[in-house]
Amino acid sequence: MEMIKTAKLTKYYGKARGILDLDLTVEQGEFFGFIGPNGAGKSTTIRTLLGLIAPTSGSARILGKDVTKEKQAVLRHVGYLPSEAVFYRGMKVKDLLKLSADLRKTDCAAEAALLCERLQLDTSRRIEDLSFGNRKKAAIVCALQHRPELLVLDEPTGGLDPLMQKAFFDILRERNKAGATILLSSHVLSEIQRNCTRAAIIRDGRIIACDSVEVLSKTSAKRVTVHGRVDLGSLRGVRDRKGGKDSVSFLYSGDMGSLLGALSAGRVNDLTVTEPDLEEIFLHYYEKEGQGV
Amino acid sequence: MTLVKHELGQGKTSFFIWTFSIGFLLAICVFLFPEMKEQMEDVNDVFASMGSFTQAFGMDRLNFGTLVGFYAVECGNILGLGGAFFACLCGAGILSKEERDKTAEFLLTHPVSRKRIVTEKLAALLLQITAMNMVIYALAVGSIAAVGEEIPWKEINLLHLAYYLLQLQLAGICFGISAFLPKGSAGIGLGIAAMMYFLNLIANIADVAGFLKYITPFGYCEGADIVSTGRLDGGMLAVGAVMGIGGIVAAYLKYTKKDIL
Repeated sequence: MEMIKTAKLTKYYGKARGILDLDLTVEQGEFFGFIGPNGAGKSTTIRTLLGLIAPTSGSARILGKDVTKEKQAVLRHVGYLPSEAVFYRGMKVKDLLKLSADLRKTDCAAEAALLCERLQLDTSRRIEDLSFGNRKKAAIVCALQHRPELLVLDEPTGGLDPLMQKAFFDILRERNKAGATILLSSHVLSEIQRNCTRAAIIRDGRIIACDSVEVLSKTSAKRVTVHGRVDLGSLRGVRDRKGGKDSVSFLYSGDMGSLLGALSAGRVNDLTVTEPDLEEIFLHYYEKEGQGV
Repeated sequence: MTLVKHELGQGKTSFFIWTFSIGFLLAICVFLFPEMKEQMEDVNDVFASMGSFTQAFGMDRLNFGTLVGFYAVECGNILGLGGAFFACLCGAGILSKEERDKTAEFLLTHPVSRKRIVTEKLAALLLQITAMNMVIYALAVGSIAAVGEEIPWKEINLLHLAYYLLQLQLAGICFGISAFLPKGSAGIGLGIAAMMYFLNLIANIADVAGFLKYITPFGYCEGADIVSTGRLDGGMLAVGAVMGIGGIVAAYLKYTKKDIL
């Protein structure tokens, strides 16, 4: 069954573009990634799904229910983790968790205690005294404590240290295994690659690619920078080549073995292989789109 | 009820500060009265002959030497202005603070309808204003009794009722306006309270501006009119009720459809 389905979803802020004719389908039980640069429309899509903003045209459904007309019924099944966790002043963590549970008319005390223990969150502290990372943990517990069927996470790992990121993703994977659908919006590619089964790439308000992460990753190249002298003539899959006198930098999407062969045949003083930044991957997708037209 | 409770908790500090500041100042004034009364016979003439200034505060029609006259003027300035500021600040802030502090994202992603949020916030607003007026009324009556003056029940009741209605009206107007602001601010609330107060002063001074009394709720709170007629002006109250209720209706219509950015 479809957990999320949008059809020609469009949102304009006055004349400014938010999202355009967005068609997105997320099946129940998926761990779905949502990638895009700042301002691409990730947050607009999420905010529309959550009923914070009303679409200009098109429709969005969660569990078959219209997010505008049946908002309350939809939100009952959703847990949302905002990118910026901001809370009321003067409240303790436990008061906040209680407030969130009361607004949902459910008792989540047991689940909350479990989550707080795993994330090492002290519930007797005042929220404004917490560090950014700890506030994020409070937001995570709020999003998870009622065991929602759909989890919407907007850039969730900002502020969390690596250990906590691991604990957090462990919890997410458990929830996913237990049947929860997860929509993870992020611009950290590795996060999506490690965790998601499918992903959509959004740019300038439109979805430009939507496929399994395996397929998307194959096309995502590495940025290779070599100091020294190497002959790249025989290599396939070299793009965006930039070079100085003694160094060369290029995007590589070909076979790793051939690259290593070419490198060992040359004289390499220094070598870095990094994930290309998101911009480069988007460029790649644009090129592909361009060819299709 | 969850939200009402939450709002009362959030507004607690502000409520206590405003209530006790206004109550304390009002009581101080009443305690000063016995001493002033003796000097008043001379002063009354002075107060009554300051031209426009006298008119502005209605001191040409009130006898400053009596407790009722004294209280009507002092009450007008302390409870009137203080209460109006508190009502406007609360009214303008209770909805818009969620967007300003970015807590709206938290609140509105819970399965609670926007209508319910507006209703519970409105209830919390009315409860705070009502509670404040009850405390201040008790302090006022108590301090009059404490200085040994006879309590002019009818006038006191009418004055306090008028200011209570004024606060409700202003809170309603500010509540409505705040729903339309993308990021509301305390400035709007304070501005409206101050503007309404000065509109009434102008209406008192210049006869041609008399119609302003229908716009500002301070029109039906005029101590001199209340004490001399022994009633509140029904016409002004009706206009005020329309404005206050209009604000609340506007808040419902707007907030239930508003984009939360």
